[in-house]
Amino acid sequence: MTTPFHQSRRDFLKVSTAVGGGLALQLAIPAPVLAQAAAKGKGPELTAWIVVNPDSSVVIRVARSEMGQGSSTGLPMLVAEELECDWRKVRIEFVSTSEQLRRNRAWGSMATGGSRSIRDSQEYLRRAGATAREMLLAAAAQRWKVPGSECDAENGVIIHRPSRRRLRFGQVAQGASKLEPPGEVKLKDPRDWNLIGKSANRLDIPDKVTGKPLFGIDVQLPGMAYAAIAQCPVFRGRLRSVADERILGARGLIKVVKLEDAVAVVADNWWRANRMLKTLPIEWDAGPDGGASTASIREFVRFGLEDTSVPVARDEGDVEAAFAAAAKVIEAEYYAPFLNHAPLEPMNCTALVEGGRVEVWAPTQNAEATHATAAATAGVPLENVDVRLTHLGGGFGRRGFQDYTRQAVAIAKAVEGTPVKLLWSREEDMQHDYYRPMTLMRFKAGLDAAGNLTAWRIRDASHSILAGVRPQDIKEGVDRHALGGIVDLPYGVPNLRIEFAMRNSHVPVGFMRTVFHSQNPFMRECFVDEMAHAAGKDPYEFRRALLQAKPKDLGVLDAAAKASGWGSPLAAGAHRGIAVQDSHGSYAAAVFEVSVSGAGELDIRRVVVAVDPGHVVNPDSAEAQVQSCVAYGLTSVLWGEITLSQGRVEQSNFHDYRIMRLAEMPKNIEAVLVPSGGFWGGMGETPLAPLAPALCNAIFAATGKRIRSLPLSNQGLRLV
Amino acid sequence: MIEFTVNGRKRSADVEPEMPLLWVLRDVLDVKGPKYGCGIAQCGACTVHLNGEPVRSCSVPASAAAGQNVLTIEGLAQRGRMHPVQKAWIDHQVPQCGYCQSGQIMAAVALLKKNPNPSDRDIDAAMTNLCRCGTYARIRTAIHAAAQSMKPAKA
Repeated sequence: MTTPFHQSRRDFLKVSTAVGGGLALQLAIPAPVLAQAAAKGKGPELTAWIVVNPDSSVVIRVARSEMGQGSSTGLPMLVAEELECDWRKVRIEFVSTSEQLRRNRAWGSMATGGSRSIRDSQEYLRRAGATAREMLLAAAAQRWKVPGSECDAENGVIIHRPSRRRLRFGQVAQGASKLEPPGEVKLKDPRDWNLIGKSANRLDIPDKVTGKPLFGIDVQLPGMAYAAIAQCPVFRGRLRSVADERILGARGLIKVVKLEDAVAVVADNWWRANRMLKTLPIEWDAGPDGGASTASIREFVRFGLEDTSVPVARDEGDVEAAFAAAAKVIEAEYYAPFLNHAPLEPMNCTALVEGGRVEVWAPTQNAEATHATAAATAGVPLENVDVRLTHLGGGFGRRGFQDYTRQAVAIAKAVEGTPVKLLWSREEDMQHDYYRPMTLMRFKAGLDAAGNLTAWRIRDASHSILAGVRPQDIKEGVDRHALGGIVDLPYGVPNLRIEFAMRNSHVPVGFMRTVFHSQNPFMRECFVDEMAHAAGKDPYEFRRALLQAKPKDLGVLDAAAKASGWGSPLAAGAHRGIAVQDSHGSYAAAVFEVSVSGAGELDIRRVVVAVDPGHVVNPDSAEAQVQSCVAYGLTSVLWGEITLSQGRVEQSNFHDYRIMRLAEMPKNIEAVLVPSGGFWGGMGETPLAPLAPALCNAIFAATGKRIRSLPLSNQGLRLV
Repeated sequence: MIEFTVNGRKRSADVEPEMPLLWVLRDVLDVKGPKYGCGIAQCGACTVHLNGEPVRSCSVPASAAAGQNVLTIEGLAQRGRMHPVQKAWIDHQVPQCGYCQSGQIMAAVALLKKNPNPSDRDIDAAMTNLCRCGTYARIRTAIHAAAQSMKPAKA
């Protein structure tokens, strides 16, 4: 089979370092070597993705990480749809990075983020399934000595139509594996899909309800040691000294490992390692950022709103002239704080360095980056590394960063020959994230006498994630990634100016579920509500008028309005808010129904989220992602805030970084899936984007109080 | 040496009396179902049963388990048959990442043992374990379903 990927190790490295946190790799890159695949499993391999066993069970390989989003079921469904195997006999297997390297990236990208798993791989996965199906058909036809066109594949069986003879996949798999794969295959028309679009039970759930050791934290190897780590509490600070003689001879101690900005204690179990670490007197060199606070950082970022010369991302028409001519001009400033990802499984990684080789077991969102990081840290060639992907106890973007891998390999190198599992305490995890960036935005809008939007100026002052990971993508000072949802806003406005001020403090920032669509839609869609209010128009109708050239955005807006009964009478005290936002290749709109008491008690009575991801692979999983986005998004809006004092993060654990609990989850959540076909969008993030503004707009409708700063717990509001 | 029963088997561990039960289970006895999430009894990922009562094993010293019965997710199935709560978790496709689910299931089993027919309010009060993936709506549905399925059949 021709692989759709560029077959070079250069690509492996390029992709690997893309989310490597700015890691510079200085490795000799050997010329591409085409490696012959060794068949894994009992049966033969038909394509890189598919192994068919003699009993007709099928192993489908999964290259993307499973962190709860369900792609370890959705991706195999795409393969199986075309393969025509018996779905009940499908098992999955994660791809190892050494095989991926040896076979010149036969499995494409392993990076799992940006809601890309399905939308970026759907075509080559379906082709892989179709290719294997054609090979099985050809093998059966050869055996029967009949034309292939007389044979069909169905539910794991090849049928010769005229004679009604049947052969199971397992009976012809060996023969099929020896055939040349067809050059071209025809993919099924969506109308003929049997699996895609119908809810399937997730393949990973049985193991998850029986407590199987699936996660990185569960890795157990013979003779394994355990490491706990303390990192410099001030970002960019350094280790000055550690009085490790204090714990010499302590029970279970194996070694104290000093890193540039951290100290690790290696012991015979994690609790002992962590307890010893806590008794170690450590002196840190905080560096120049030791005095920074939330207030000082906010002031620093906010300067970007005042700066008179900043790069311009879009400038259409003449906003200043339009403001001068406007019947009404409104202005507002918005703020979103730093947030921690807080996956429930803290960062961890297990590594073994021995004889010039490195083996890594990691819950990572980018196994190839983990591989490259391990090689660079250990100082060995890529060929001498293998990364085994575990399940992830939540990712949300945090596990695309390789800091914990780097540490685990460095520690393993210091105790060469002993496998070491590095596990961060929750406190380390809370205080050493790549945080959702702090962002401020200032808007100015002009309306004519009829209440039409004539001019809009947006100034975004924000930390940039790309500055840390892909600075080359920042063109002429404009980080279009940071301007997500802004620079590409769907609304038709004749005079528009968008300015960007990059303001990077010492706080590391990163991709957190929905990324800049986590805070930018809050600002944009609340301000659109302000415009509608100033225009004296219904916020739904106001948006409709501006979206006439954007049928997909309009479609989900209408779907959410319809499902929520927008405009219909409400129970006493209840009010609605609406918002729309496209992101990650999909479209979403939300309507919240709330009531707010005079004492600020917020009751979320109903949440309606409409999503158009083009095609839905597994509707039940898609609905689960909507529910997940509501919990994750509302946690951020209601309580989420990371603050700093003396250069360090003040929050330390779940008692002061609040996560939504079951009793607080809105009981009335409706996922309205409106796939319009013709494209493939993401599902794990898009539903989150319109939630914050729809909620805040509902609060405005209920109270007349405009929320321009998050979280709501700082705005006198309390969830009941 | 601390001795106790884990999932019906006598086990012993040569550990400090103050070592949390969670770490004795995970790192000494290789019982990996209970998970570490916070270490301060906030998240409940480490929930196990101690003499039938749900406890947060990250905050229970090993000495408190000496001579007692510990049940973890691994011991929930009887004679190879899943507990009705586990079945309901599958029927309602509850888990996403799955990391908290051992603790959630142990908390739900304990709730149903005490209260075979819990109301939404009872579930709110008993199910305080954190789930970062937000599987709460399905947890609630699955608990109601498990309660139904565990009712003795009417004669």
